[in-house]
Amino acid sequence: MSKDSKKGGISRRKFLQGVGSGIIGSYVLTPGIAKAAEALKKNSEKLILSVPLTLKVNGKQAHLLVEPRTTLAEVLREKLGLTGTKVACNNGECGGCTVLLDKKAVYSCHILALDAEGKEVTTIEGIMKGENLHPIQQAFIDHDGLQCGFCTPGQVMAAEALLLKNPKPTRQDVLEGMSGNVCRCAAYPNIIESVLAAAEKAGSETAELK
Amino acid sequence: MARKIVKSRYYGDEGLIETMAEVPVDKLKAWGPDAELKVVGKPVSRLDGYEKVTGKAAFTFDVSLPRMTYAKILRSMVPHAKIRSIDTSEAEDLPGVLKILTHKNCPVIPWHWGTTVLFDTEVRYQGDEVACVVAESMQIAEDALSLIKVDYEILPFVSDPSEAMKAEAPKVHAWGNIIDGKPSLYSRGDVEKGFQDSDVIFEDTYSTQVVVHNPTEAHCSVVSWDGDKLTVWDSTQALFGVRDAIAKSLSMPASKVRVIKKFMGGGFGGKLEAGKYSVIAALISKEIGRPVRIALDRKEMNLSVGNRPDSVQKLKAGAKKDGTLLALSHYSFGNVGAYPNDADCSWPLRTLYKCPNVRTEEYSVLTNLGRARAYRAPGHVQGTFAFESMMDDLAEKLGLDPLELRRKNYTEIDPVSNRPYTSKLILDAYQKGSEAIGWKEKRKPAGSEKGRFRRGIGMASQIWWGGGGPPAYATIKLNEDASLHVMAGTQDLGTGTYTFLAQIASEVLELPIEKIQVTIGDTETCPYCSLSGGSMTAPSVSPAVRDASEQMKRKLISAAGAILETSESNVKYSAGKMSRLDDPAKIISISEVIEKLDEKMIVTTGAREANPEGYEINTFGAQFAEVEVDTDTGKVRVIKVVAAHDIGRVLNQKTLFNQLHGGIIQGIGYALMEERVVDTYTGKVLTTNIHDYKIPTIMETPQIEVIIVSSGDLLISNTGVKGVGEPAIIPTAAAIANAVYNATGVRIKSLPITADKVLMALSEKN
Ligand code: FES
Ligand code: FES
Repeated sequence: MSKDSKKGGISRRKFLQGVGSGIIGSYVLTPGIAKAAEALKKNSEKLILSVPLTLKVNGKQAHLLVEPRTTLAEVLREKLGLTGTKVACNNGECGGCTVLLDKKAVYSCHILALDAEGKEVTTIEGIMKGENLHPIQQAFIDHDGLQCGFCTPGQVMAAEALLLKNPKPTRQDVLEGMSGNVCRCAAYPNIIESVLAAAEKAGSETAELK
Repeated sequence: MARKIVKSRYYGDEGLIETMAEVPVDKLKAWGPDAELKVVGKPVSRLDGYEKVTGKAAFTFDVSLPRMTYAKILRSMVPHAKIRSIDTSEAEDLPGVLKILTHKNCPVIPWHWGTTVLFDTEVRYQGDEVACVVAESMQIAEDALSLIKVDYEILPFVSDPSEAMKAEAPKVHAWGNIIDGKPSLYSRGDVEKGFQDSDVIFEDTYSTQVVVHNPTEAHCSVVSWDGDKLTVWDSTQALFGVRDAIAKSLSMPASKVRVIKKFMGGGFGGKLEAGKYSVIAALISKEIGRPVRIALDRKEMNLSVGNRPDSVQKLKAGAKKDGTLLALSHYSFGNVGAYPNDADCSWPLRTLYKCPNVRTEEYSVLTNLGRARAYRAPGHVQGTFAFESMMDDLAEKLGLDPLELRRKNYTEIDPVSNRPYTSKLILDAYQKGSEAIGWKEKRKPAGSEKGRFRRGIGMASQIWWGGGGPPAYATIKLNEDASLHVMAGTQDLGTGTYTFLAQIASEVLELPIEKIQVTIGDTETCPYCSLSGGSMTAPSVSPAVRDASEQMKRKLISAAGAILETSESNVKYSAGKMSRLDDPAKIISISEVIEKLDEKMIVTTGAREANPEGYEINTFGAQFAEVEVDTDTGKVRVIKVVAAHDIGRVLNQKTLFNQLHGGIIQGIGYALMEERVVDTYTGKVLTTNIHDYKIPTIMETPQIEVIIVSSGDLLISNTGVKGVGEPAIIPTAAAIANAVYNATGVRIKSLPITADKVLMALSEKN
């Protein structure tokens, strides 16, 4: 995607017009107002302003200032320190950065942080209870659904989205549900086993409860 | 415990390695085939599983330091040019930009054996380094790149190796386009006579494409200075190699450079070398006095950090009517890109079968494209595709079962060195693998299938080195609470290194695996181990851990003897307890011993023993593939792969099977879809992301059956392990190509076997 489309619905021109009409005080300039203001005079076209944003991540509100072009993955990793979300392609091609947005799997590198406002963001850190593993994570350990582990948080989140939607997936459902997540180590056979095992375990536990 | 220095000789990714190494004088007896092992070989879950499934694993990509800055490299957009001028003034004015390095202000640091420098004034491929910006944020660094103005004097370029070999071709370097100016040659026997004596001659040309490693974690470094001391977090397969290369580039002592890598997101051979990016980051970091993070993006990953060279291989075989090979010849050339490397691929032809007369002639050709690097079994993957395709063709021509032809030419000794192998169980692999795939019952004559969907079965053999060797050391610390800490300067690529090292110590000292902690990936705190390539990590490092653990056991027995007032021979060690044989009630635990010794910990260091003299150490195997070809669309689907391998002892069944799965599926990518596509009119790469560059997804997963035919190689080391990372991928493409032939009766001689090639071949046949 082009840089322009990354900026989404908010046009840079609008911001700069805003600056011109004296609303500068309501925006914070990075990296430092004095330097930026000086640079603005000299080179206003190149300056990108930060805007306030409230995100709900893993059940907690976060109040942030971000450049409009910032992706959700960048906010999660760089501003919130949630480095469990990995970025492998930064271009919506591999699923490494998969998180849940209102319970649906999305590529966080391909979504503007601003577009996640008002939605529930869940990351790999958010599916655990303290230090305790989510059953899908446990299944990935038990069935060795990983090698290097770099794609693994994304795989786990894709599996979580799949099982939320379809708690009893067939093997084919797993293949389809997980097909947006590339694993270059190709731990796929064990990833399939891990997801099926997690589903089966969850199924038998609900059966017991009944 | 006594040690000596010996000459060590073994094969790695880059061919024969000869080095001096410190090894134990007395070799420990290897675990025999029926040793009753409780932990080793068992499907133990990864020790680092928790970190990885939670995303807490600290990859280099995740390292973040206070006051860290961000670097981004400007790369050449053209395949060949001289830089007339660079104007960085506008970029420097951008708020947040801290430093820009170009050839104008960078020290001259030789790179690629002096064929270029860190920032050259001549760029030789799309992706060559032109400048580097360091800024307060990644975004600012990226913005600044677009403000740098480079005036290029465009030079003629060449992308196709067959063009590059011609005398009139544009020169990538002034000294020519062929590495060493000549082919690399090998011969044995009298090839011409061999062909004359043959009843049947078969000749054909096979070709393979360039493929790119594309590990999920980008090549990246975080560098930080502390006065004259440099710490580098790097996503690398070669800690000590990176340390030495950086120290050399910066003219500083290696002892002042510390390289750390706890976890890495894949390497596959692409991360065996130090990258320019690490040195660039270190130079800038020193100047600005702040840590620098540099991470390549996916486009850079596809342009600038290596690939498997392509190949054109003209093969010729001569055989007797009964299939006995009399002569083999191999002529090939491959594209190594803009800087030296080699594209040789004839090892499988030289060594897989007994054949008295062999000749090979191989050219490594420079072009204006990204440089090749080692990629999972370099040379063997492309060589095995061609050679094992040809063996299939030859079998057809002779009217022999392809498996029979291979059995017929089996050799007990290495045909190049004439030394025996420490072990070779390829016949077992043929036997068990063929049974598992249903070779006899299911396989029909080639091309006899009718209908739209046609199934076929094919196979291919595998040979690789993978025996490892010294030097490799491991230090273990036994703590007062009977927990154990293993330290070794090796790397984990996702291959299970943490886990199997712990299993070895757990086995010897009978301590629960939960009590064992493993530290690897740090040049400062760990003893030396070699790089992780050539399938040598497990075979090199596991015996050192066993040595250290056995020494620890002896120390404990000795201490217990003294404390329990008896001779060492009267002390029995069992699960962390030492007791008197004559009076089992007199018993003492590890904690009590260490408390009495007043040491808080006991430390031992083990070493990998020397490889046996006069032998070759190789891994062997065979893979069998079943495919289905859709004759309407040309699409090939791999239904099942049986992988039967001789890889010595299995250390961990779970991680081993996983690694084999991974190699096979990467092999499917190589066979059916992966290809770096170049527009030869512009010299530019068209596949610079992983949408255009096709990597197998979960949808391509076939049924995979792994059969390990070996139980431990008693001659090589005390653990009897050979490596598996590379054997896994070597025969896959050839087995698939042979299965496609069996299904359709058409031979696809160039990889990848894409739908268009299949359709074209089918229509030519009809
Ligand atoms: S990192 Fe987001 S899809 Fe690849
Ligand atoms: S485990 Fe390495 S990329 Fe998936």
